[in-house]
Amino acid sequence: MSNVRTSRSEAWTGRLILVVMVAFTLLPFVSMLSAALQEAGSNPTGLSVPSPAHPENFATAFTMARVPTLMGSSALLVLMVVPAALALATAAAYGISVLRVPGGRLVFLVFLMGLTIPFEGLITPLYYLMRDAGLLNTRPAIALPLIALYMPFGVFWMRAHFSGVPKELNEAASIDGAGPWRALRHVHLPLAKPALSTLAVLYSLWTWNQFLVALVMMDDPLRRTVAGALGAFQGQYGTDIVLLSAGALLIMLPTIVVFAVFQKQFVAALLQGSVKG
Amino acid sequence: MSHARQVAAGALAPAAGPGRDVGLPGGGRRRGIRGRFRGRSWVGWLFVAPALIVYAALVLRPLTMSIQYSFYDWNGIGAATWVGLDNYAEVFQDPSRLRALGNSFRLIFFYSFLSIAIGLVAATLTRSLASRWARAAQTALFLPQVVPLVGAGIAWTWLYASDGAINQILTAVGLESWTRPWLADFDLALPAVGVVGTWVLVGLCTMLLSTGMAKIDPALYDAARVDGAGPVQEFFAVTLPGVRAELAVCLTVTLIAALASFDVIYTMTLGGPGGATMVPGVDIYQLAFNQSRVGAASAMAVVLMALVLAVVVPLQYLVRERS
Repeated sequence: MSNVRTSRSEAWTGRLILVVMVAFTLLPFVSMLSAALQEAGSNPTGLSVPSPAHPENFATAFTMARVPTLMGSSALLVLMVVPAALALATAAAYGISVLRVPGGRLVFLVFLMGLTIPFEGLITPLYYLMRDAGLLNTRPAIALPLIALYMPFGVFWMRAHFSGVPKELNEAASIDGAGPWRALRHVHLPLAKPALSTLAVLYSLWTWNQFLVALVMMDDPLRRTVAGALGAFQGQYGTDIVLLSAGALLIMLPTIVVFAVFQKQFVAALLQGSVKG
Repeated sequence: MSHARQVAAGALAPAAGPGRDVGLPGGGRRRGIRGRFRGRSWVGWLFVAPALIVYAALVLRPLTMSIQYSFYDWNGIGAATWVGLDNYAEVFQDPSRLRALGNSFRLIFFYSFLSIAIGLVAATLTRSLASRWARAAQTALFLPQVVPLVGAGIAWTWLYASDGAINQILTAVGLESWTRPWLADFDLALPAVGVVGTWVLVGLCTMLLSTGMAKIDPALYDAARVDGAGPVQEFFAVTLPGVRAELAVCLTVTLIAALASFDVIYTMTLGGPGGATMVPGVDIYQLAFNQSRVGAASAMAVVLMALVLAVVVPLQYLVRERS
């Protein structure tokens, strides 16, 4: 972009567009905050500056939505899903890309095919598989399917990383007498740290926000993901807009805070997650 | 949304690293170490096997089960009866199944077309902005990508309510006759939930296209100007071809998000009023888990998966051909 072209009017149009888009993006949150601060049990109006404001609604919602329990449940699920999913995907991609297993190309294509499957397509049989395994209403019934459903992306992502690592590195490791396991641990894993941490961010976010699988596998909203709990909270308090808004904001707050703190990493991860290639 | 992004990555896969691939025919470079690697390569299966086993058990097996269920009438508990293609006949004949499929295509206008069109305009007009504030604003556009879609659904339900902000704003600007309970309106409920899709995706599209535009060689713009191109010609001659890859990603992400939408619709309307916003995802859920019609749900699931494939694969070829 040469500066000559950048007329002042163009810059102002750009700024205006940006302001409108940000306003559009924030509008639902602002309207929720406005409702959450109005008098408890009242019929709130869309956008208003409530006076007096009722911040105590958040305390009520905090108790009623059982926010700490929900966060704990979601965090537990993230811990069950993310490390396992990372380990499996990394090992598989390493085998395919670095160790060049016979038939690896076919295996990779089979994994790649999984990228096109919407979760709704598999949710019914997954429900019956979990039922037959006696796992319904336990956390593994959410975690196990998610680990498998995230696998295609993880393998794809890590393979893209490994195929960018110079081959000489592996040859050198092998000449040094390092077995595949040692080469992975001491040579490849340290190099894979950025790719792995981005994948971990995406996996955690997807798990935290996963709705369908949590909804189907777990009746108790308190043992679901945050998204699943939010759905149940809406079902329970859908008519009490003030409480619902306060609760929903509280439940979403940790994500928003984490995003605000690590915005650079998140934006990079989300953009790369779309384009990686 | 997460799922859609996964698919987009897959769509670009062939463009990712051709030639550095696994199955490259043994070139001269590798011949020397081949012997040493052959023994090892079978060991490599120990690394691939765990992932493949989990994947086979919880993705490939359910996939075949979905196909199998789709030929049966089964309530999930009792005996299943073979019904051949009856469930598929229902998908393509029953008005409520057809409506769900049709709605998912209508959502494409909001999820894909609007998001990408606005994204292109916004990215073009904001590319010269480089201040801290501009960057902070662009970051804010990512917020819908981070919060759970269920939360977005709750917030938007409130925006669209009779006493909600949308009606309030309309009244304030003198359009009181336009106010209504949007999600209860048979004609406008679908556009209303569609706009939520635009809200979720427009920030991502803008940022993706912005990064794409930043990579375009400025010399191309200078050349276009020397040739006497106006801003519009410049856009079509330089900008648009320059962001081809990013456009393909946006298109893939948003198309899948439209076809496989669930969270937002489930939270906001459950497919109502009277099926006006029903989509395949919610239909599958209700058939399988509320009506205990596993066969019908599975036929819909198979059709949905085929539909997504039918959209993703041609896009993939487009990307591959052009790059």
